[in-house]
Amino acid sequence: MPFLTDRKRANGMGSAKTGTAQFWGMTISSVALLVLVPGFIFTVGPMIGENHETVTDYFSRPFPALVALLTFIVGLVHFKNGVTVLIEDYVQGLACKIWIIVMTCVSYAAIATAIFAIARIAL
Amino acid sequence: MVQLTLPKNSRITRGKVWPKPEGATNLRVFKIYRWNPDDGKTPQVDTYFVDLDTCGPMVLDALIKIKSEIDPTLTFRRSCREGICGSCAMNVDGINTLACIYGMDEVKGDVKIYPLPHMSVVKDLIPDLTHFYAQHASIMPWLETKTNRPAKEWLQSIDDRKKLDGLYECVMCACCSTSCPSYWWNGDRYLGPAALLHAYRWIVDSRDEATGERLDQLEDPFKLYRCHTIMNCTKTCPKGLNPAKSIASIKEMMVERSV
Repeated sequence: MPFLTDRKRANGMGSAKTGTAQFWGMTISSVALLVLVPGFIFTVGPMIGENHETVTDYFSRPFPALVALLTFIVGLVHFKNGVTVLIEDYVQGLACKIWIIVMTCVSYAAIATAIFAIARIAL
Repeated sequence: MVQLTLPKNSRITRGKVWPKPEGATNLRVFKIYRWNPDDGKTPQVDTYFVDLDTCGPMVLDALIKIKSEIDPTLTFRRSCREGICGSCAMNVDGINTLACIYGMDEVKGDVKIYPLPHMSVVKDLIPDLTHFYAQHASIMPWLETKTNRPAKEWLQSIDDRKKLDGLYECVMCACCSTSCPSYWWNGDRYLGPAALLHAYRWIVDSRDEATGERLDQLEDPFKLYRCHTIMNCTKTCPKGLNPAKSIASIKEMMVERSV
């Protein structure tokens, strides 16, 4: 165990001079989801139980397609930021960094998949 | 790092049951955490019987009675007996509180007393607060000024003074910080509710001229932003303060200066 003073331990490496941007980003995406999620439910809801042709026709219209797309993108960006905080909370050291990289890749892959799927239906 | 189970040498075993006082009719059972670093044993919970007819109403009264009349080896901190010094902070019946202002009548059934959670234990009910105090010192809990010192005193309006109400009363008992899961998992880097409440107390002080530097120091994903508004701190504060609100106010100021 290294001989460190209590104050040195408490100060650690000092302030990282970051954190507010992520906090503010989470706040913005939360507010956006507050609008987007009900919008997504109201636009996708009527299509439940409809046949494939009706659904593809419906999502080729700009409004439902854009609402769905924005919900997926904002939701997954929010997920990425949230899960990063979660990992930082519960995992330490190298495992923390690895998990953050993995979950960031998973989030971006999911965003890319959502964009591709909706574009394919809509266009 | 999260620990879901206690290490082997921290697992609690059943301890000694002390004899009932002779002739007493109004008895209350106390189950108290005991651990002595010198005997090499794992922690245990001892059972004591206290005669309420000859004891004061507060939990600390019972602890003092146990120490005086039953078991002089029972170790705990205490000083003022009126909620000012913050020494007798402990976990009573699952709540972090000051034993001196917590009535025994507030507890149903046996009174279970443990040290403050998730801190290293020095002995019995005494937690090691070294890091907690160092964190408090790190937020510079004093007036920082750059203007030349006035001939008489630093003036403050009545309205500005009112902003310190609900902040200056904190007695640094550590009940809030040790009730916070974020502080349990990341106490080495997260400052915790008590230190942040004190930080806000100086940030919001109209006489202090180091607001920017204080905010700069807290601009960190761990020092400040590990607070997830769980609110345990506010719920448990024996002085009725609201550390969660102070932390939210710091975050608000951080956004205000950057957006």
